[in-house]
Amino acid sequence: MLDKSVFDSYQPTIGIECHVQFKTKTKLFSGADNDERGKLPNQATSPLCFGLPGTLPILNKEAVRLAVRAGLALNANIGKISSFDRKHYFYPDLPKGYQITQLDRPIVLDGFVDVPVGESMVRVRINHAHLEEDAGKSTHPAGAEYSLVDLNRAGTPLLEIVSEADMHSSAEAKAYVQELYLLMKYADVTFGDLQYGNMRFDVNVSVAKKGADELGTRTEVKNLNSFRAVERAIEFEVKRQIELLETGKAVRQETRGWVEATQKTVPQRSKEEAMDYRYFPEPDVPPVVLSDEFIEEVRGSMPMLPSKLRAEIEARGIDQQTAETLILRDALTNSSYTKTVLAQEGNEAARFAANFIANRDISYCDGLEKDGKSVGELPSAKKFLAVFELRQKGELSSNNADALLFALRHRPEAEPRELAEELGFLQENDSSALEAIISKVLAEPFNQKAAEDIKSGQMKAIGFLVGQVMKASQGKANPSAVRDLIIKQIGV
Amino acid sequence: MISIDDIKNKIKSGATVRSIIEDALAKIEAAKEFNAVISTLRDRALQRADEIDQRLKNNEDVGILAGIPFIAKDNFLAFGAKTTAASNMLKNFEAPYQATAIEKLEAAGAILVAKSNLDAFAHGGSTENSDFGATKNPHNPKCVPGGSSGGSAAAVALGLVPFALGTDTGGSIRQPASFCGVVGIKPTYGAVSRYGVIAMASSTDTIGPLASCVEDAALVFDVIAGRDERDSTTLKKPESFYPIIADRPKKIGIIKEYLNGGVQPEVAKSVMTQAEKLKAAGYAVEEVSLPSVSLGLAVYYIVVPAEISSNFQRYDGIKFGHSAEERGDLQELYGQSRDQGFNAENKRRILIGTYVLSSGYIDAYYRKAQTVRTKLINEFTDAFKKYDALIGPVAPTTAFRLGENVNDPLQMYLADIMTVSASLAGLPAFSVPAGKDQANMPIGLQIIGAQQSDAQLFSLAKQIEELNRG
Repeated sequence: MLDKSVFDSYQPTIGIECHVQFKTKTKLFSGADNDERGKLPNQATSPLCFGLPGTLPILNKEAVRLAVRAGLALNANIGKISSFDRKHYFYPDLPKGYQITQLDRPIVLDGFVDVPVGESMVRVRINHAHLEEDAGKSTHPAGAEYSLVDLNRAGTPLLEIVSEADMHSSAEAKAYVQELYLLMKYADVTFGDLQYGNMRFDVNVSVAKKGADELGTRTEVKNLNSFRAVERAIEFEVKRQIELLETGKAVRQETRGWVEATQKTVPQRSKEEAMDYRYFPEPDVPPVVLSDEFIEEVRGSMPMLPSKLRAEIEARGIDQQTAETLILRDALTNSSYTKTVLAQEGNEAARFAANFIANRDISYCDGLEKDGKSVGELPSAKKFLAVFELRQKGELSSNNADALLFALRHRPEAEPRELAEELGFLQENDSSALEAIISKVLAEPFNQKAAEDIKSGQMKAIGFLVGQVMKASQGKANPSAVRDLIIKQIGV
Repeated sequence: MISIDDIKNKIKSGATVRSIIEDALAKIEAAKEFNAVISTLRDRALQRADEIDQRLKNNEDVGILAGIPFIAKDNFLAFGAKTTAASNMLKNFEAPYQATAIEKLEAAGAILVAKSNLDAFAHGGSTENSDFGATKNPHNPKCVPGGSSGGSAAAVALGLVPFALGTDTGGSIRQPASFCGVVGIKPTYGAVSRYGVIAMASSTDTIGPLASCVEDAALVFDVIAGRDERDSTTLKKPESFYPIIADRPKKIGIIKEYLNGGVQPEVAKSVMTQAEKLKAAGYAVEEVSLPSVSLGLAVYYIVVPAEISSNFQRYDGIKFGHSAEERGDLQELYGQSRDQGFNAENKRRILIGTYVLSSGYIDAYYRKAQTVRTKLINEFTDAFKKYDALIGPVAPTTAFRLGENVNDPLQMYLADIMTVSASLAGLPAFSVPAGKDQANMPIGLQIIGAQQSDAQLFSLAKQIEELNRG
């Protein structure tokens, strides 16, 4: 086992390629359904997906639009002229024997992503991003003498986002892929379901002594499909490479795979075995020429992206962690939490909404979903404000404000105040009614001790009396009003 | 030969479309020895004939080509028969959809009666590379009909049908048209949809008719040309291709490089005779030099095999086409299926193409060839600033003997030397009958126009046809 200081004397360098599946209605080059969810194998296909002779690829304009959206989200230049190339290899899930991709003229060029890592920001430059078609899926049933090929995914539009090697730790890499996830979700180009492989990552990792002029030999770990796998695979590779170097061995330039069960990377293909893809320009698809007007039109339709959202939310006096929770939750569940929070008038109302969401609503919804129940729908920003105001006026207790917002999820047509009344959530603020209750409570013999304590300045006992009054009012009294009235009646 | 008008007149004078189709099928049967046809679509054709007869009876509009039988090269996907591309690889392939060109012709009332022979996958210039046996030239059965659309050219020359569809990637319509004495149209790249036609080289594949006369070819072309949503490279169609001699091109250049020593003297003489006739008819005709056309063949046999090697990756024995019985592992399945399904010429082109695209060689071959291709295109563009059309031979010789070049692929490739340049530049180029040699074998004149000048080229072709008639 090597000493920690040895590990610390190395600097890892990491670059990441990310494949994002677009959520277009049809595939990149054919009219076949692009949504394979709930479909039988090979159901979402057309003759082109099978590579039948005589078929020709027709570029999906919507995929081009989404690529431009993604490019704008990456702060990148959009290629006014981009073109496609063929990449050749034989495999049963690649029916044409070549993949249509972009080699020389990609649609997205020179961008960057500012990635929040803890308290600081790391800028990761984007070399380019190119459009290409996905391959099908092969499965090899254990013990069977055959393999199965499902072409539902063959031809799905992919954007491959290629970063520069600007990351130097697994934490930075993980933060980068998370930020990419958020960007692609907010740019609304992908379903972003990592379980279904909607986003897949290849990481290039090398290590070199700190201060060294040259980078070390890199390995590529392919096909990681979770943030955690990205983090763990890099950690494993960094450690493996340092251990090799420290024992006088060389790192082999190779492609490796990640084995989830053992949490290890394993060799797949060395540089010597690298395939010759025989790239050449795709003659069946004319170059894509984009006008400035088109690019500006897409720019005009872009929503607020995470970096701007963070700034806006934090400007409302909401802490960074809560902001992050809201932004991530919106991406994960296609909810509109950030919008609801930002639509509140005044910072207090915004904080009220943000805290409710971060501390209560998310776990409430998760709970319902776990039980297979409907979560209803998030109350509108206006209703949030109404609940906030009821709370401000003391008509709602903190607990009842939360309960009312939950109730509103399932009664979208209801007005907050009416629903609160119906559910008996409104607090008793009427002093005379409260005074009567307090008098009654103070008259009870077993409350005398507490009253005496208060009189003698031991204010701790007041909590007990407030509790008694609340009980007597069946929870409808406003506790802070009760507190004031008790003090007044005892005459401290 | 028969014309579209011959058939139309028969129908006008009371013949049923069924009898027309039965007649065509009988002629196909009688001409079996020429092996121009791979399969017939008897049931489907007769059913369509009866439908048209019924509609004629009801005085319905039945389309401009109502009841006209035609043949398509067997690399067009069509219902009613297998689509084999004359290859063992696809000998049992049934198309699940049809080529746009076929659909358009059928929508105009024409009736597909048969699929014609070709060099397997259109790889060749003699139809001898067919896995279904060679086609024989109707003018001399000891000679080749040319290729790769040899079956289509022979079918028209034999008078089986008034027109047939072919494909031309480097001369595959023009050269057999020349060898068989029919009109052959290789249009501007993109003029006709390639959808549903088995690809050879995507950047030069074109589709066109072979017919007994220019007017029929224009009529058919008018039907099949135009933009197709299923082929991104297709062009918008001009109003009409109907030949009007008044619109003919006036200034004509004879391509000097095509008349050098390698050309059969009678072929060279025929070009000069045509030039004299055109001059006499008031055209300005002079020689023009296009130095890069002599590099055309070298460029073609790099670019085209490169694209073939790519387009042919899909024939892997997994999803369709020939699949080997021997299935040790995946690599063996691939290797055996491709080895058994492809013939020697297919393999030769796949190997050349794979080589010129492989890393370490792509710069020296594929990229260099593309550079020369650009130069060639520029030379043509310059020439068309000065000339309305260019003329020259279609091929260096008339039809050669069956078997003569079979063991000499280089000699076989040389037959394409005068046709490949127009293909690489995407230009329209037609073959128009222009006399015969001493052995009574037909000679074609090649006329080449600027991109999208197909309509004017039809007018020039019509003019040449009339000059030769008179």
